[in-house]
Amino acid sequence: MTSIEQYGQFETSWCPGCGNFPLLESLKKALMRLDLPPHRVMVSSGIGQAAKAPHYMHCHMFNGLHGRSLPVAQGMKMANPEMTVICQSGDGCVYGEGGNHFLAAIRRNMDITLLVHDNQIYGLTKGQASPTTQRGHVTKTQPGGAPSEAFNPVAVAVAMKAGFVARAFTGEPEHLTEMIVQAVSHPGFSLVDIFQPCVSFNKVNTFGWYKEHCRIIEDHDPTDWASAMALADEFGERIPLGVLYRGERPVLATSMPLARHRYGADALVAVLESYA
Amino acid sequence: MPDTSINIVIGGGAGQGLATVGQLMARAATRAGYHLLVNQDYMSRIRGGHNFFSIRMGAEPVMAIAEGIDVLVALDGRTIDEQSAQLNAGAIVIAGDTIDTAGLNALRVPFKELAPKPLFHNVAALGVLGAAVCGEVSILEDLLRQTFAKKGEAVVQANIEVVRKAHDWVGEQAFDFSCIAPPPEHPGKRLMLDGNEAIALGALAAGCNFVSFYPMTPATTVPITLIAKGAPLGLVHDQAEDEIAAINMAIGASYAGARALVATSGGGFALMTEGVSLAGVSETPLVVVVAQRPGPATGMATRTEQADLNLVLYSGHGEFPRAVFAPGTVEQCFYLTHRAFDLAEQYQTPMFVLTDQFLADSYRTVAPFDLGGLPEIAQPLLEAPSPYARYALTDDGVSPRMVPGFSEVLVRADSHEHDEHGRITEDAANRVRQNVKRLDKGNGLMQDVIGPEYYGPDESDEGADLVLLCWGSSLGACLEAAQTLNAKGLVRTTVLHFSQVYPLREEQFMDFLESAGQVVAVEGNATAQFARLVARETGFVVTGSVLRFDGRPLSPRYILKGLESIV
Ligand SMILES: Cc1ncc(C[n+]2csc(CCOP(=O)(O)OP(=O)(O)O)c2C)c(N)n1
Ligand code: SF4
Repeated sequence: MTSIEQYGQFETSWCPGCGNFPLLESLKKALMRLDLPPHRVMVSSGIGQAAKAPHYMHCHMFNGLHGRSLPVAQGMKMANPEMTVICQSGDGCVYGEGGNHFLAAIRRNMDITLLVHDNQIYGLTKGQASPTTQRGHVTKTQPGGAPSEAFNPVAVAVAMKAGFVARAFTGEPEHLTEMIVQAVSHPGFSLVDIFQPCVSFNKVNTFGWYKEHCRIIEDHDPTDWASAMALADEFGERIPLGVLYRGERPVLATSMPLARHRYGADALVAVLESYA
Repeated sequence: MPDTSINIVIGGGAGQGLATVGQLMARAATRAGYHLLVNQDYMSRIRGGHNFFSIRMGAEPVMAIAEGIDVLVALDGRTIDEQSAQLNAGAIVIAGDTIDTAGLNALRVPFKELAPKPLFHNVAALGVLGAAVCGEVSILEDLLRQTFAKKGEAVVQANIEVVRKAHDWVGEQAFDFSCIAPPPEHPGKRLMLDGNEAIALGALAAGCNFVSFYPMTPATTVPITLIAKGAPLGLVHDQAEDEIAAINMAIGASYAGARALVATSGGGFALMTEGVSLAGVSETPLVVVVAQRPGPATGMATRTEQADLNLVLYSGHGEFPRAVFAPGTVEQCFYLTHRAFDLAEQYQTPMFVLTDQFLADSYRTVAPFDLGGLPEIAQPLLEAPSPYARYALTDDGVSPRMVPGFSEVLVRADSHEHDEHGRITEDAANRVRQNVKRLDKGNGLMQDVIGPEYYGPDESDEGADLVLLCWGSSLGACLEAAQTLNAKGLVRTTVLHFSQVYPLREEQFMDFLESAGQVVAVEGNATAQFARLVARETGFVVTGSVLRFDGRPLSPRYILKGLESIV
């Protein structure tokens, strides 16, 4: 059995009280529940406070570039389909800089899990608007209020019939853990968009704000696309948490761990022969 | 009429199938034992326009394209307008009898009579061309049999009938054309392939089992070949959403144990450069093929240039080692790509193969590659004792690279500055240690540099009157220009060709350059990028330059003309 201790405890560079702490704990707990030891898990991340998360646990990790965690994760999965691949990113990282990769990953539907630490702000670069910042939210770089409409990642993912779409909140750690367990267990691309309050830079969407607005959904059939769409569209007085949509789609799978895959001499000779 | 080589040009609009006729003809000539060099000149459009496929065919090896045409196959009237000025004395034009051949020495082919349907006009043209250059119809028949085998016996027979009829028709015509001599001796089995195909095969020979790409001319045929030939063997591939995704995907795959390649052209490579830097700092092996075409920006999509050397040389921010190969021949495309993989694995840093549209699309005949003679490629470790440090400090800067998932040892890679264990840190002393470690790998790379090749008129390389300094695909044109000059006996000319353009090792060529009368840079760009690199690295300044940047490949005639004002 895998224990949570195997995932270790590390000193972080996060602000005290940051939502990244409970998020990381929930992830470790979920991996323990899934009985996945650290050496069976590859985590890819981009850049931002959120993206440092794999540095703070034992696992294989590739901490790459801003916005590029998904291409790296998919490359990993293609090279070794036997491993569990998780991608950790901030909202700016994956919906902004990596927006095109987000859409493509949904379409590609590889068996990977994307955990978005969605604090609706850029944390590491100190408080500029991110794609999920609500319109009108005043920041230093948007003194007149964020001018663009907020991106709704779960609505987009459901609209695209992503394999698994869930929303969670670090203030509901038990529910969050359960969402991660289900996401990792789902064969195909899974998104968990996780509200993770940034105590330093987001004074609008605070822990209290999320607590007040979020509610865990009950009696929703996630295979019902139309009602999933309606739930995903809700972002205001009430923000639904839970599995919004689950669909069956062909999973893009590859055959074998490529590290062991070498061509035979005969096969190469035959390839050359085809040019004679 | 030169008797050792002829230049056949097949011209027409895009979509008329001239590449099919050209490829079949070239393959037939290869089988007949001729040497050849094919150049494809096409416009960036899918239908119409004026494109041509030229086959220079020789009894002896041919090195460069030729401007003068001996046989012109005109699939449309425009070809006559565009190309007739290039016809050599004694040349013949092959055209349909509905095309106005303007009083030229022509074989006017009654396609309607020879081929039952327009679909077969290509094959009829092939039969006529084959007969006109005195080829044997049996070679064409065999080729068609193989080409159409998958479509069934009826299709094969229909094609063979057309080719035979066309071939026979030529026999009944009176026309004036003298064929080239057959090859003195059949050179044995050879392959016919273009530069990009050779790059893909070199990659497969190196065990490349992963390619991610975003289509961009003229690089696309590298992934196309890898997929066509490699996928049945287990190569994994993905057409990414953009070049940024492609390179990051390849890096992720390489980290997880794949042997990965990405291929693109200048515009796509510009996007990939952040990934180049990532491969550098994370010490992930990666081979990047950059097939040059004229820029800036979108430039001329289907034309050629050698102007992205600087882009590749300086791509990626920060400092980390790399090597850049620039094959000059189809053989070098194969062997240098293999080598790029070897070095990428050994030194865990990105390696570049810099080619261009001219080489990418030009078919040549080559001796079968020597698979047995290729060096074994370094492997990552699947298991290692713990404690394990991915970025351990070592004497040569090369740390033990492990692949995750094959043992309980954890493998951490990072784009940030990191400690030996791959953990993010801003510690100053560690930064210096890790940066020095990465750059130390460059010392090993320096030991492995492939020196330039001298192609002199005689044994003694030094003291030439004139040195043509070149790199990449310009080799053949320089060789032929030098041959012409040497034949005249006025200036003793040597070609100095670099197939590895970075890093450079002075001692491999400086004495030679310094002992030469004049050193002229011959490059397919406007600013002599390589000559400037040589100057930067060695302080040696060339006497002059012949530069071509009109989108067309360097040719011997172009070089000789350019030299007139210098020599
Ligand atoms: C290519 C690139 N552009 C910009 C940056 C600067 N940058 C670092 S983190 C970040 C935004 C982080 O925001 P988010 O993804 O929401 O993560 P958070 O820090 O809030 O967890 C930016 C813009 C970078 N590192 N690389
Ligand atoms: S800046 Fe915000 S997101 Fe980053 S660590 Fe601090 S509280 Fe957390």
